[in-house]
Amino acid sequence: MAVTRKKAAPKKSSTKKSNTVKLKFDTGWSYDPAPESRSAATIKPQYDLFINGQWQKPSGKKYFATTNPATEEKLSEVADANAADVNKAVSAARTAYDKVWSKMPARERAKYIFRISRMVQEKARELAVIETLDGGKPIRESRDFDVPTAANHFFYYAGWADKLEYAFPNRQVAPLGVAGQIIPWNFPLLMAAWKIAPALATGNTVVLKPAETTPLTALKLAEIIQEADLPPGVVNIITGAGATGAAIVSHPDVNKIAFTGSTDVGKLIQRSIAGTNKKATLELGGKAANIIFEDAPLDQAVEGVINGIYFNQGHVCCAGSRLYVQESVAKTVIRKLKDRIETLIVGDPMDKNTDIGAINSKQQLETIHRYLDIGRREGAEMWESSCPLPRKGYFCRPTLFTNVAQSNRIAQEEIFGPVLSILTFRTDDEVIEKANNSPFGLSAGVWTDKGSKIFNLTRRMRAGVVWANTFNKFDPSSPFGGYKESGFGREGGLHGLMPYVDIK
Amino acid sequence: MAAASSQTMLPDFSLSPRIDQVGVEERAARFTTRSIKKESKLNGLKLILNMIDLTTLEGKDTDGKVKQLCYKAMHLHDAVPGLPTVAAVCVYPSMVKVARKALEGSGIKVASVSTAFPSGQAPRDIKLRDTRFAVSEGADEIDMVISRGRFHAGEYNFVFDEIAAIKEACGDARLKVILETGELGTYDKVRRASDIAMYAGADFIKTSTGKIQPAATMPVTLVMLEAIRDFYYKTGKMIGMKPAGGISKSKLALHYLVMLKEVLGEDWLTNEWFRFGASSLANDVLMQIVKEHTGVYQSANYFSVD
Amino acid sequence: MRLEVLKTYKLYIGGQYPRTESGRYYIARNKAGAQLANVCLGSRKDFRNAQVAARGAVAGWSGRAAFNRGQILYRIAEMLESRRAQFIDELLLQDLSQAAAEAEVNTSIDRLIYYAGWCDKFQQLFSAVNPVAGSFFNFSVPEPTGVVSIIAPQNSPLLGLVSVIAPVIAGGNTCIVLASEQKPLSAITFAEVLGTSDLPGGVVNILTGSVKELVSWFSDHMDVNATIYCENDSSVQSSIREKSALNLKRVFFYDKKDWNSEEGQSPYFILDTQEIKTTWHPIENIAGAGGGY
Repeated sequence: MAVTRKKAAPKKSSTKKSNTVKLKFDTGWSYDPAPESRSAATIKPQYDLFINGQWQKPSGKKYFATTNPATEEKLSEVADANAADVNKAVSAARTAYDKVWSKMPARERAKYIFRISRMVQEKARELAVIETLDGGKPIRESRDFDVPTAANHFFYYAGWADKLEYAFPNRQVAPLGVAGQIIPWNFPLLMAAWKIAPALATGNTVVLKPAETTPLTALKLAEIIQEADLPPGVVNIITGAGATGAAIVSHPDVNKIAFTGSTDVGKLIQRSIAGTNKKATLELGGKAANIIFEDAPLDQAVEGVINGIYFNQGHVCCAGSRLYVQESVAKTVIRKLKDRIETLIVGDPMDKNTDIGAINSKQQLETIHRYLDIGRREGAEMWESSCPLPRKGYFCRPTLFTNVAQSNRIAQEEIFGPVLSILTFRTDDEVIEKANNSPFGLSAGVWTDKGSKIFNLTRRMRAGVVWANTFNKFDPSSPFGGYKESGFGREGGLHGLMPYVDIK
Repeated sequence: MAAASSQTMLPDFSLSPRIDQVGVEERAARFTTRSIKKESKLNGLKLILNMIDLTTLEGKDTDGKVKQLCYKAMHLHDAVPGLPTVAAVCVYPSMVKVARKALEGSGIKVASVSTAFPSGQAPRDIKLRDTRFAVSEGADEIDMVISRGRFHAGEYNFVFDEIAAIKEACGDARLKVILETGELGTYDKVRRASDIAMYAGADFIKTSTGKIQPAATMPVTLVMLEAIRDFYYKTGKMIGMKPAGGISKSKLALHYLVMLKEVLGEDWLTNEWFRFGASSLANDVLMQIVKEHTGVYQSANYFSVD
Repeated sequence: MRLEVLKTYKLYIGGQYPRTESGRYYIARNKAGAQLANVCLGSRKDFRNAQVAARGAVAGWSGRAAFNRGQILYRIAEMLESRRAQFIDELLLQDLSQAAAEAEVNTSIDRLIYYAGWCDKFQQLFSAVNPVAGSFFNFSVPEPTGVVSIIAPQNSPLLGLVSVIAPVIAGGNTCIVLASEQKPLSAITFAEVLGTSDLPGGVVNILTGSVKELVSWFSDHMDVNATIYCENDSSVQSSIREKSALNLKRVFFYDKKDWNSEEGQSPYFILDTQEIKTTWHPIENIAGAGGGY
């Protein structure tokens, strides 16, 4: 540490030759480890199924391990629900719907949901720690984003429960019945909140299955629901893998399927419920275009790109994974991006300074590596951060590809990792056409200082969420969901009520 | 900025990059989430001490006050061995001679405000004489203010020429150009003023006089650091940064240091290229350093107020 | 004695009235079995051509001012009104009673006017400005989903057709419609109304033919965004949902609707073929609470 070294008198010239002009981020002054304490979190060695307000053993007596992707250590084991367990959960939900929840005055329903929101806030620290341990996301994100946003989501929808007659002009609405909900591993608690809160507010009961790699916060949520005295069976949380999900989808007494996950599984679900009257909401994949025009606030745009693709290790369905930069500023933007990426801290998710945590699973890390190979083979130029990676656990350096063509697979397929594909464009019409040239349509980003251009672009993007001069912003009051193969139905806001009601 | 293909070609300052307020404030807030503990905290605090321009700029400044301040600059807290000194003492031109003498041999620089500080509302020849006087009295560094009125009136050439003229009058003294960001109104204008100052010859750009609120903020400093970075990439020339006014707590100063590290990196992490313009910051940093050494929270009563 | 000139009932694709490319036909008969006309037996390729026309018309139609779309829907109603007698006659041929035929035409005209009025209003009903935390302006608006394939109701040859087309195009979509197989005449005559109503070519495309033969093309085309089916054949419904999964088409079954009643019209029908788009933009907040200035 050179703080006390004597400085020479200012040099006559501090001008460097242009080929040596480079910022150095490997500095003498560095941050010591700042790990969040695990002591706030209680993780039981084994979790059963939360059915009808009680913890029930799986009828197949099988359990599977959930591990910490940053250390590859086993955290706990959770029950593997089979079709019989699913049946128990669905019938508990049906009974609760018929006997209790559909008959309860709406304002009382609201108070239960408010209560859940408050308890999530009370246990925020514990939930954040478990979310990070189980899923690998940085504690900064689970603490500052996932958990508070989940609590807010419950709070927002709680208030709707006794106001539904104002939400649908000139119409009466009725709940659908039992909602089967299947959620992904990228935002485990938040997705549980996105699913459960509107379903309960509109008077439905729930069977929810978290992803098999990240079941713990949903099970913690089950404990909260139990503590909140929610009537038994109104929310049932069962764990398992794809087979458990399939059993929920195909159960004849489920009225509604809400699924967040891959487009492939979404299509399977739509097929498997084809012969039924089940309603569905699907929130699926994406390959969002993030467009930077030459007049954009470039430094904020660069930050938006960083948040767009490296937030949550890129495990975000609306990630801005296709960057379109106007050619006149492409060099500048790429240099700024590389500088910024060099300052991203990759490592222990529990460290408060970590920006990019662990890839959620070994399988996902392999998928990402496969795409890195594909990108190189396709002739794109790969660049990655010079940061060191921990020896254990599943980690991936933040990576970008330049010289990417629209036809490259890394520009078309969802990678779901910290990998950015950069393409250039010249005119507005060109970039609009390229941005929309995708089967997906979840989100898009536009960066320009010109108001009229913003509205042209935001109107013409075929995507459910368009961020202009910002990216990856979420709010309980803001509807979220896709166009085209990114799914249908909205979650969040007034529009998020609609998928859970029958409009009469 | 198409014209700025080389240092000799001036950019069109009306085309300085645009700044999105919400985005820049969000980015600035992100730096504050860095957790600085243990050794890195102690090293950071020492670095901060070493970057302070200990400042007195009052109408009631006297030789006695300035001498006491200079003593403080050299002996921050002798109870803790191995502490660095501050970087400079910053005073009015009339006090430069006193400070120069008091700091003899310490290696601490004498900085003088100039150019009809703080308003800058004086004819150019007076500003030039003000500057030459301070330099002749022994100032190592000149902190000038830009003509904000002319800037707002769109007379960028006037502002540019004035800075260039003062720079010439500085001779070997390093020139810090105060934008008085609290009077500029938007980040777009802060960026534009930063570009004008750097292209006109500033060695440092500085946020504020300390006489106008708000003074230094993290977002405004971030905008200026990014201007410095872009200028460096265009010209290869390093420019220093000095946030001044409103930074009185160690924790906030550490956030600035994080920002500096993550925007400009290693080369700027020295008092040659970064300063805090502050008066009460030093004592708070000292208290934190002593707390780190002793493990006990400190009282201001044990630290000299000069 | 004068020989009657018989009308050739053709398809309506891209604003033109082509015969089916297949050259095939079927005979539309009334209940008594009398031959009413030779009608085009539309083919897969007719559907393909209609889809191309419909896709090509989306940008222009959805880009029109909503007010202008309202005027055009009103114009369709005017044209229908002016040919009221012809439609009644044609419905009588297709076994409707005088009273039922009159009601069918009258309600169809009124329904078009109903939706003409909605064109520039439903957005206000279904939009929202969302009070997000943080300095952002955030709003959600409905936008047309794009191209919609429609298999029209069988038993309501004019009113059913109008009731499913109107909300789709009122919302800025374009469509390909398969007319009632048993009673196709009104649909083709309605195409002539559309052709004289300032409606841009390709916005509505009408085919005649066999539901059984064409339904799979209506539901599996990868460049169709939504599909509507108006009958309650559960095996057809199941097949439509399954095929629609190929590109995640939005699927709507209007199988329990009484098109003659109030439930036959609603802005919620418009909403079905809309996507909700949410847009975010920062709000500069200088000198405001929490601002850096």
